[in-house]
Amino acid sequence: MARGSALTASSKLPVRRFDALVVGAGGAGMRASLQLAKAGLAVAVLSKVFPTRSHTVAAQGGIGAALGNMSEDNWLWHMYDTIKGSDWLGDQDAIEYMCRMAPEVVYELEHFGMPFDRNPDGTIYQRPFGGHSMNFGEKAVQRACASADRTGHSMLHTLYQQNVKAHTQFFVEWMALDLIRDSDGDVLGVSALEMETGQVMLLQAKTTVFATGGAGRIWAASTNAFINTGDGLGMAARAGVPLEDMEFWQFHPTGVAGAGVLITEGVRGEGGILLNADGERFMERYAPNLKDLASRDVVSRSMDQEIKEGRGCGPHKDYVFLKLDHLGPEVIMKRLPSIREIAIKFANVDPIKEPIPVVPTIHYQMGGIPTNVHGQVVAPKGGDPNVVINGFYAIGECGCVSVHGANRLGTNSLLDLLVFGRAAGDHIVEQRLHARAYKDLPANAADGALARLARLENATSGERVAEVSADLRKTMQAHCGVFRNQQLLSEGVSKVMELEQRVQRIAITDKSTTFNTARVEALEVDNLIETAKATVVSAEARRESRGAQARSDYPTRDDVNWLKHTLWHRDGNRLEFKPVNMKPLSVEAFPPKARTY
Amino acid sequence: MKFRIYRYDPEKDAKPYLQDYDVQLDPHDRMLLDAIIRLKAFDDTLAFRRSCREGVCGSDAMNINGKNGLACITNLKELKEPVELRPLPGLPVIRDLIVDMSQFFKQLHSIKPYLINDTQPPEKERLQSQSDREELDGLYECILCACCSTACPSFWWNPDKFVGPAGLLAAYRFIADSRDLATNERLDNLEDPYRLFRCHTIMNCVDVCPKNLNPSRAINKIRQILVKRAV
Repeated sequence: MARGSALTASSKLPVRRFDALVVGAGGAGMRASLQLAKAGLAVAVLSKVFPTRSHTVAAQGGIGAALGNMSEDNWLWHMYDTIKGSDWLGDQDAIEYMCRMAPEVVYELEHFGMPFDRNPDGTIYQRPFGGHSMNFGEKAVQRACASADRTGHSMLHTLYQQNVKAHTQFFVEWMALDLIRDSDGDVLGVSALEMETGQVMLLQAKTTVFATGGAGRIWAASTNAFINTGDGLGMAARAGVPLEDMEFWQFHPTGVAGAGVLITEGVRGEGGILLNADGERFMERYAPNLKDLASRDVVSRSMDQEIKEGRGCGPHKDYVFLKLDHLGPEVIMKRLPSIREIAIKFANVDPIKEPIPVVPTIHYQMGGIPTNVHGQVVAPKGGDPNVVINGFYAIGECGCVSVHGANRLGTNSLLDLLVFGRAAGDHIVEQRLHARAYKDLPANAADGALARLARLENATSGERVAEVSADLRKTMQAHCGVFRNQQLLSEGVSKVMELEQRVQRIAITDKSTTFNTARVEALEVDNLIETAKATVVSAEARRESRGAQARSDYPTRDDVNWLKHTLWHRDGNRLEFKPVNMKPLSVEAFPPKARTY
Repeated sequence: MKFRIYRYDPEKDAKPYLQDYDVQLDPHDRMLLDAIIRLKAFDDTLAFRRSCREGVCGSDAMNINGKNGLACITNLKELKEPVELRPLPGLPVIRDLIVDMSQFFKQLHSIKPYLINDTQPPEKERLQSQSDREELDGLYECILCACCSTACPSFWWNPDKFVGPAGLLAAYRFIADSRDLATNERLDNLEDPYRLFRCHTIMNCVDVCPKNLNPSRAINKIRQILVKRAV
């Protein structure tokens, strides 16, 4: 029996086998598992939390799709907006695929029972959102398909419901520890820990799908849930898979000052505006056309600028106001009820009467595990930058396909989950896994994971999880913020590398095998540190400003030298680069041009 | 701030006990969850669930000074000291504040918690009027935290037979959906002395719901539809 089996050998661990294993039960994971379960594959979904507690649940504003329910719209306009939003770093084949598929996956979700808000004619209600425009930037368009300000909640619950109907098998409160790769480099499953019992098991699969979400918890001020610790990124990095474009992290303009809790861009979509201490609607100066609905990197930088120049609000002049009282109680209660709840609970203000204090807050990781449009993980090999790693997919925030490039448009994250969750599911179904034999597991399948567990089991004194992770968050916040420069980043790299040494010395008091959350948190730090290294090393190297990477020492975009993706390798802590795919699938390319809103 | 917390680790404790803590709070600590996390930084053996820290994922439901609620949206200023924290009542305790929710989810799954409509869907969305959509307000927002069902005496006595307020709220969410075509099947499934009718309108569910939902009203609506169907 491998109960509390930190000290056993890989070969003694129990093994369970599946056609397909999905790690993560958020929007992407459950959209993929639904395709797999419906096709009759033996599929297991592993999740650290009960599926409806995954972080997709916190998405508020909407799902981008050119349905044209409110006025004329076109997927090509959506594609253009996404490419421009990405500051031309997004791959145009993947972006075309996503925007073309958008209406279909939204209709499908509606057929699954999603409680979308409705228009008087019974169609899905759509609201305006940042960076979404009509006719290639002309004016704002209503493209965000919304369920009040609980779109992520509605979507995640709907997908869970459909998976219950399809009899998907869930492993709830299991944490994946490490990827299993054999000598050919093929992925054969994961080692995993059942939290309730402390048991370690090998979950063998013909295909493994990572849908593990982002790592927003490497920052101190984050809209992200505690579970967003970059587990997929850590596992991939330890298994020799590079991470792409990790310098690009989105600061959401409107996190509640001090608390970090998200206030949806849908507030500005419904007509809310940002004000500085002078009561000025300052976005009119920075983005004369789309104003408060410019893309997020632009709005966050403008806010940061206002605060730096002394026009911040409050006693310390360290936030700006989000005003929405002019929308009237009826719109607020109907379209933004949860925002009101959040403002009352976390900011002590009722937005029906008073503005909400907000600051740019870390929200989303544009980079991740590199994939192609089917969700298959790719890595450079023999001169080809995109060679498929057999048996391995990555979708959603942990993947980098790359549709978001240097800056994601609001509503494109939920869309990404649906489109590429389904695409990966369909692609796996086409592989006819039934007919394929399992490859042999290597004898050392879980040696790395077991060594990490054994170290935690045996360490009697050392660094505390809470202290090391707090220092990591502080370092990232100080050295990798909205505006970056060489000195900050170089120091940031050294500090993160020092922190890596401290991570090796973490010790926990709790040695119980029963629901040991201290152990889980310690294992999460192993993943946080890999993400932080990838982020700060990539940001230090990129000497230009593009999308969310804003360098005060290199203030402009440099397409000659930097129109390329970064690939960070854990081994040697080194970088290489690969070209951006500027060639769409069927339409003409959108060549880079100046980006104004 | 003073806390008294239910502790139980089946590996080393013969029986549960209450442990006293005095926590030095930071001025930024606003919610109960902030305080528990601060406490865990010093005693990492305390086990509890948490994730979104904004009242939408439903992880950190617990019994707080005798009443079920979510730690992440319970303001510390509202709490009388010592703050007594216990696991949700009526479910088996795995460890400390972590309960085994299998029975809760089993009941949820028993009502077929998914839209049933086997007709060929249109190419675009199924149309739904704004008033039909409004029928779902107050129902679809449930976060499955189990505060309601574990505050319900009928669920305590018959967790295997009574669906409980969360499951019944979900049942009515689908009955009320103009797109769902399985109303009769759903009603048959509930027409039973236990599954629905064990609700004695004690209203604890309404009292504790952190999302201000009203399972009791949903249960009454199901009852009314059943009566209408019978005549």
